Amino acid sequence: MGDSEIHKDRMAAKYGIWFFLFTEILFFGGMFLLYSIFRYRNAGAFHIAAAQEDLLLGSINTAVLLTSSFFIASAISAVKRGNNRLAILLQGLTVLLGAVFLVIKYFEWMEKIVRGIYPNSPVLLKLSSGEVLFFGLYYVMTGIHGLHVFIGITVISFMIYFTATGNITRKDYAKLENTGLYWHFVDIVWIYLFPLFYLIT
Amino acid sequence: MEDNASREPYYVNRGKYRGILSWLMSTDHKRIGIQYLIALLTFFWIGVLLGLLIRLSLIMPGKILSQGTYNQVFSVHGIIMIFLFIIPGIPVAFGNFFLPIMIGARDVAFPRLNRFAWWLYLTGAALVALSLFVSGGAPDTGWTFYAPYSIRTQANITMAVSGVFVLGFSSILTGLNFVTTIHRLRAPGMTWFRLPMFVWTVYATGWVQMLATPVLAITLVFIILGRVFGVGFFDPSKGGDPILYEHLFWTYSHPAVYIMVLPAMGVISEVIPVFARKTIFGYKAVAFSAVGIASVGYFVWGHHMFTSGMSDTARIIFSFITFLVAVPSGIKIFNWVATLYKGSIVLDSPLIFALSFIFLFSIGGLTGLIIGALAPNLHLHGTYFIVGHFHYVMFGGAGFAILAALHYWFPKMTGKMYNERPAKIGWLILFVGFNLLYFSMFVLGYEGMPRRYFDYPPEYYTGHLISTIGSWILATGLIIIFTNLIRSAFKGQEAPMNPWGGRGLEWTIPSPPPEENFEEIPVIDKAPYRMDG
Amino acid sequence: MGKEQTGTEEHIVSYSTYAYVWLALLVLLGATIAAARIEFSRYSVLINLLIATVKALLVVVFFMHMKYEKRFLRGLLIMSLLTLGSIIALTFSDVWYR
Repeated sequence: MGDSEIHKDRMAAKYGIWFFLFTEILFFGGMFLLYSIFRYRNAGAFHIAAAQEDLLLGSINTAVLLTSSFFIASAISAVKRGNNRLAILLQGLTVLLGAVFLVIKYFEWMEKIVRGIYPNSPVLLKLSSGEVLFFGLYYVMTGIHGLHVFIGITVISFMIYFTATGNITRKDYAKLENTGLYWHFVDIVWIYLFPLFYLIT
Repeated sequence: MEDNASREPYYVNRGKYRGILSWLMSTDHKRIGIQYLIALLTFFWIGVLLGLLIRLSLIMPGKILSQGTYNQVFSVHGIIMIFLFIIPGIPVAFGNFFLPIMIGARDVAFPRLNRFAWWLYLTGAALVALSLFVSGGAPDTGWTFYAPYSIRTQANITMAVSGVFVLGFSSILTGLNFVTTIHRLRAPGMTWFRLPMFVWTVYATGWVQMLATPVLAITLVFIILGRVFGVGFFDPSKGGDPILYEHLFWTYSHPAVYIMVLPAMGVISEVIPVFARKTIFGYKAVAFSAVGIASVGYFVWGHHMFTSGMSDTARIIFSFITFLVAVPSGIKIFNWVATLYKGSIVLDSPLIFALSFIFLFSIGGLTGLIIGALAPNLHLHGTYFIVGHFHYVMFGGAGFAILAALHYWFPKMTGKMYNERPAKIGWLILFVGFNLLYFSMFVLGYEGMPRRYFDYPPEYYTGHLISTIGSWILATGLIIIFTNLIRSAFKGQEAPMNPWGGRGLEWTIPSPPPEENFEEIPVIDKAPYRMDG
Repeated sequence: MGKEQTGTEEHIVSYSTYAYVWLALLVLLGATIAAARIEFSRYSVLINLLIATVKALLVVVFFMHMKYEKRFLRGLLIMSLLTLGSIIALTFSDVWYR
């Protein structure tokens, strides 16, 4: 049946992506559940461990992601107005900021790993179990979030290509819109990760 | 596009691919459904063979399987039967084939996503299969992968768990696809309360797949991270808590019970009105009870953990909510019986399987009440009583519904009729074997025989022997049933368009259906199951 | 008709609306950092999470167009969040009292 053009239905595409985001809510929800339980049991240790996080880098990264969300939202408005060149520019900026986020994240991780703080490390296992859990959660949650950022960057890069080749137009922009929704979701996850790991000192 | 759509059966080759590729690359929901069905039944038979091996080993412990191998065999039996057969089960095979037809659509909402989910299923299955043979050995944790053992064992859990993760992703995408399809692609006039009951249950199941499976996914990720990187969320020596694993696991795996059983109930609701020649009793009650089961099903997982060391408060809360599930389940049973009442019953094999579903599922459900109550659970938890209970629900429930669906929709899917006599003989043998096999487990469990044990004191021998003999009888019945079906698929008589006198849309198109199902999208102007014409 | 109406599909949000939302988000980011640095003691976590929720709402309502969607989709979103909430609450019925 080939491409099944007959079923092209933007509303269905929108339902599809939102349903997918619902599953993502539950996926990250499992992690937030563990976080809340472990923090409830080890409030003091979480307090101490969070002091080791770099608040400046975390804040910059938050601003970076918020701004990237602004760009991709505007890119969709640009496409709807038929301004594909502006849309490409805005998506490019989004990808750039996503990359900046990952680079900063990399330095944050490396700085800790160099100090010997990573899961199952001898240094870490000497700390209290609350701190072990904190850093375990830190690596797992920011790691899986980072993976989502990486996937987002990849998908948006494809969208830039589609916008440039005229696959995405003011009449047919469902792909880009759905990508935007995914990117905003990833942003929201970070909005919660930021206070939970950087601000509970 | 619609003009040149061929009216030949869906399995006649068109398009650029040939041979097996013409199936693997197809986005036709019917081809995908048939492929799923073949894969599912293959895994079912592997699971059956492993089950027979377990039973055989139990009447002569140590003679056939060593202790370690026994652990692996029952684990792999569980993993295959649960994750590869019965969870995908009815939705991916019969849902794919019939859901679009029943709502008057040409395909699902996202045909290519559907094909992708099928590939994911194959990938997940391959990973699980591979984990049996690569270094470390087959999983020996049971299908539940309980931590901390699953994090410490030498067996190759990482790969098996990755496989289950991929299968879960496939399941999410299937659920997402079906829910969107039901929202967007219903034919004109197909209002929510004109939907066939099977569609309602697949809809409710789709939501459970979307909102529960991610919790399993993240739990499995924790297991993998625990094994590969030593992250110790479930490891007490690192401040973790193994009971949290059980919470997260059952947060998915209890709703998963409804992923298995809800569509089964849908099948039964399709079969009974047709063979009772009566419209379904209490349409809205049956429809809403499906949604009710799906929603309450999220909040009862704790009853799998009464003996885990969970708090008393939680045990009481979970035990209480568990009883609530019995209400919508009871509504369904009563409505089916009421549908049969004063009907002109035609006792063909689909109905026979459906009736056995009601009988066996009721036993499974009622024993579920016994172990859902906190006090008796403490006595029965971790015994063969549990094993008997969930085999009555899973095999007696979902399994018999699959057999009912196979017989009911066989003429539509293959265009051939099966032989009625061997089907009935096979059913009789299966039914007798089933009850011998699993009812003796209730007795064994009540007497205190723990599940998953390799050996036992001599007083349990008689029970185990009866159970094992039952397993042979059950297998004989299955062989007769499936030989009959396979033979008929090739040599059966041509099936008419509507062999049973059903009123659903699937009976208004040729058997087997052509590509894109409908020449013209039908317009629906009346409720389903209207037998008066 | 069985199908849901397509809603206000063609709505184009102006760049300035997005810019205002973006500015509000940055202001809230500043606020949450300030709230954490000033010793609010036991309330600071709660305040930080509240601010995070306001930020998330801004993103959902404006960037993700929830404002322009039908009630139906909003209802489903709330249902998913309630599901997660119930799962967390029921787990805590164990964690709190163990």
